[in-house]
Amino acid sequence: MNAHARTRAIAWPRRLVHVALIALALVFLVMFLVLPLATVFVEAFDQGVKPYLAAIVQPEALSAIRLTLLVAVIAVPLNLVFGVAAAWAMTRFAFRGKALLGAIIDLPFSVSPVVSGLVYVLLFGAQGWFGPWLDQHGIKIIFAVPGLVLATMFVTLPFVARELIPLMQAQGSEEEEAARVLGASAWQMFFRVTLPNIRWALLYGVLLCNARAMGEFGAVSVVSGHIRGLTTTMPLEVEMRYNEYDYVGAFAVASLLALLALLTLAVKTLLEWRYGDEIPRTRPVDTRKRHGT
Amino acid sequence: MRRRVLPGFGISLGYALTYLGLIVLLPLAALAWKATDIGFEGLVRLLSAPRTLAALRLSVGGALVSALINVVIGLLVSWVLVRYRFPGRRLFDALVDLPFALPTAVAGIALTTLYAPKGWLGRWLEPLGIHVAYTPLGVLVAMIFVGFPFVVRTLQPVLASLERDVEEAAESLGAQRWQTFFRVILPLLAPTLLTGFALALARAVGEYGSVIFIAGNMPRKSEIAPLLIVQKLEQFNYAGAAALGVALLSLSFVLLVLVAVLQRWSNRWTEQAA
Amino acid sequence: MALELSGLYRRFAGFQALDNVSLSIAPGEFLALLGPSGSGKTTLLRILAGLDYPDSGSALHQGEDFLATPARERRIGMVFQHYALFRHLTVIENIAFGLRVRPWRSRPSRTEIRARVDRLLRRVQLEGMGARYPAQLSGGQRQRVALARALAVEPDILLLDEPFGALDAQVRVTLRRWLRELHEELELTTIFVTHDQEEALELADRVAVMNNGRIEQVGSPEVIYQQPATPFVCEFIGKVNKFTVRSGGEGFSAGGWVLEDAPWHGRFTSAVAYVRPEQLRLAVPSSLPAWEARLRHIYLAGGVAHLDLHVASLDLAIEADVATEDLSRLGLQAGNVLRVAPRSAVLFPLDAQGTPVNAERWIWQARSPVPA
Repeated sequence: MNAHARTRAIAWPRRLVHVALIALALVFLVMFLVLPLATVFVEAFDQGVKPYLAAIVQPEALSAIRLTLLVAVIAVPLNLVFGVAAAWAMTRFAFRGKALLGAIIDLPFSVSPVVSGLVYVLLFGAQGWFGPWLDQHGIKIIFAVPGLVLATMFVTLPFVARELIPLMQAQGSEEEEAARVLGASAWQMFFRVTLPNIRWALLYGVLLCNARAMGEFGAVSVVSGHIRGLTTTMPLEVEMRYNEYDYVGAFAVASLLALLALLTLAVKTLLEWRYGDEIPRTRPVDTRKRHGT
Repeated sequence: MRRRVLPGFGISLGYALTYLGLIVLLPLAALAWKATDIGFEGLVRLLSAPRTLAALRLSVGGALVSALINVVIGLLVSWVLVRYRFPGRRLFDALVDLPFALPTAVAGIALTTLYAPKGWLGRWLEPLGIHVAYTPLGVLVAMIFVGFPFVVRTLQPVLASLERDVEEAAESLGAQRWQTFFRVILPLLAPTLLTGFALALARAVGEYGSVIFIAGNMPRKSEIAPLLIVQKLEQFNYAGAAALGVALLSLSFVLLVLVAVLQRWSNRWTEQAA
Repeated sequence: MALELSGLYRRFAGFQALDNVSLSIAPGEFLALLGPSGSGKTTLLRILAGLDYPDSGSALHQGEDFLATPARERRIGMVFQHYALFRHLTVIENIAFGLRVRPWRSRPSRTEIRARVDRLLRRVQLEGMGARYPAQLSGGQRQRVALARALAVEPDILLLDEPFGALDAQVRVTLRRWLRELHEELELTTIFVTHDQEEALELADRVAVMNNGRIEQVGSPEVIYQQPATPFVCEFIGKVNKFTVRSGGEGFSAGGWVLEDAPWHGRFTSAVAYVRPEQLRLAVPSSLPAWEARLRHIYLAGGVAHLDLHVASLDLAIEADVATEDLSRLGLQAGNVLRVAPRSAVLFPLDAQGTPVNAERWIWQARSPVPA
């Protein structure tokens, strides 16, 4: 047997293993990812297009969409500013307690969503720390929109900071120092050097932050009070309809959220392909634990 | 204070600390404070109640098992995605993040419909005597779903950067393919696998949205700890809810610390510099 | 004086980066800060750039307190070690940056900026590259963009941090010459940091050798090379053979080689001696004191041959350099035994603790120089 034939003889069983492994992985991916996604749309259109559209234009559904957008529009920019400030402080200066600060930024990731909502009930609810004071002044936070915003802010707080910190760490501060030596003011440095360097990672972080903000269920559910048309966001509307056996209605609203998820994934993938080197790519996990330097 | 060249130290750190204090630390302090309301005796009574114990066991046990399963499946999927080329690879790669992007409530109702006795998967599993929906098994399925991307996304960059020459060296020394995998690749990946395990675990312990629909929520059987917190809250038992919340948080922290210790050990060969 | 630094101290967690550094820099001077990594040279440069501040000490620029001036008002041009080019800006935008960020009152007009950038592009030989991004340039081109960017603001002082560190050997030499010519043309006070002694000696008017946060010696390249002030400078600059000499009956000697005179009047009994490889005579007549050395190996390096010699009486390996064409003239072959002696040496007496006494340095020259 010549050498060529021998390598082929070894290669065949190996190819078989490859194919088997690929097949196994695909079976899992289809069962666990593709089928649930398909279910959402199939169930939503179960009765045809008309009931689907009717379920979406119902006033409760529309107000849920409005509320979801409102919450995201408030929470995401606030966390964006926080993320930039925290990343700037953490990557450009040396100070005591930096590691602790990083751990606290990550904290919301390891807190159950239900607990994330609960803490605000304990703070602002009727029996909470500030409950009586708020009651006297007629301010409603829990079972109202401010509570929804706060719970969402808590849950989505780490996203932007977690994207920016590893990137800005890797980029270093030389370019900003060069800008300063060349005479740039603080704002000129930020807008002309820092921001352009982090823009894609920033967009990436905002994207993930927004997806979570619009889709958050557990935390929001605890502080919402489920007042139809007033304090129900889209995920809560999905739950209520589902529990009322309105499956088409539930899956219709769910299909909108699924579309948002798909859009997020598409833009995210696009960003990774085009600007991969400007985004630390270990999503959605903690990059501090990456190995090697 | 030393003069600094780059501007904005005071304002950025001050803003970050204030924001964190108001949004994260103050509320968590309220949680700890409220939890003490029920006193030590109340805590013991709460935690030793069979229903509480069962719920904690399901949340923590389910999370551990799901994270373990995710490590196995995640290793397989990331290996296939990194090492092999096949049509649709990029699409599947992008799809891995779906559980992360899909709102949990949507995932919850979709999984329930899928595994219900009449669902696409349920109708094949029911005749085999495998009941997924409305059982602890359903809880496990939902937990695997939400934890899945964490393992894959942690592993992928490390697998991609794993030097091929190590494998080639092993093979040149006469190792079989499977020996190379178990003796060379797996030990190298161990710290990363543990990171993925920890992240998937942390996510699954507290998971609520995707689980409650499929769980059926039968007390002492398929009821998870976060749901118990919600129920306490609905009965206006704030102290009980807070105490349970603290218990859940503490449990997951203990687990994460244990994983971190394990990780340091498995990563010992890279720690020489320190 | 363009710059007058005195008594600068800077401490980082765990180590002293600057330890009482004083230095005067004349206008138009080309000064090299030379030292191994961690010697404090980059810290000193960053303090001059306004990117760091000393714990104590002062820096005067034309009589004014330089440290009180913020970085952006110091009229400094700085070329960073890795260039720190703005990766999202083109070459033209990079060079124009320092002009465009000026307050509008002092900002040149668009056409003026454009003209100045064009002039600089020509000067750094990058015409036609203006629209490119830093990632599309070679290392040497990036370095020249960084230089043009620093020059665009018409600085009083140009600072360069390891300007050639990231370049390969060939580009390095070309750029070095080019930078020297540029300096002669602009007559700009220039300070550059390097760990490469060859670079420092070739480029600079004056070299400040730094070690452990202190300046060991400041002087012209010739002085630094021929009259090193401390053992550190001897060992850091160029290759050197090191051995100990002890006082015996007829002055100082080492393994059969004897120095004719001794300047310390019996105050010291031993000294450490440094001899450069090109300062060794290889065929010393038997009338003169010398070592018997076995030629172990000849390393040919183009025009120069490095000889690996072993002196049995000292049990010491020494290196001697000769021109390649002298090899055959002297009939040198591995295995030969040669009579070897230094032509000149730098000696530092050792005190009772065995510490070299730098102040008592003695530069010894052979009285009867015989051609090698």
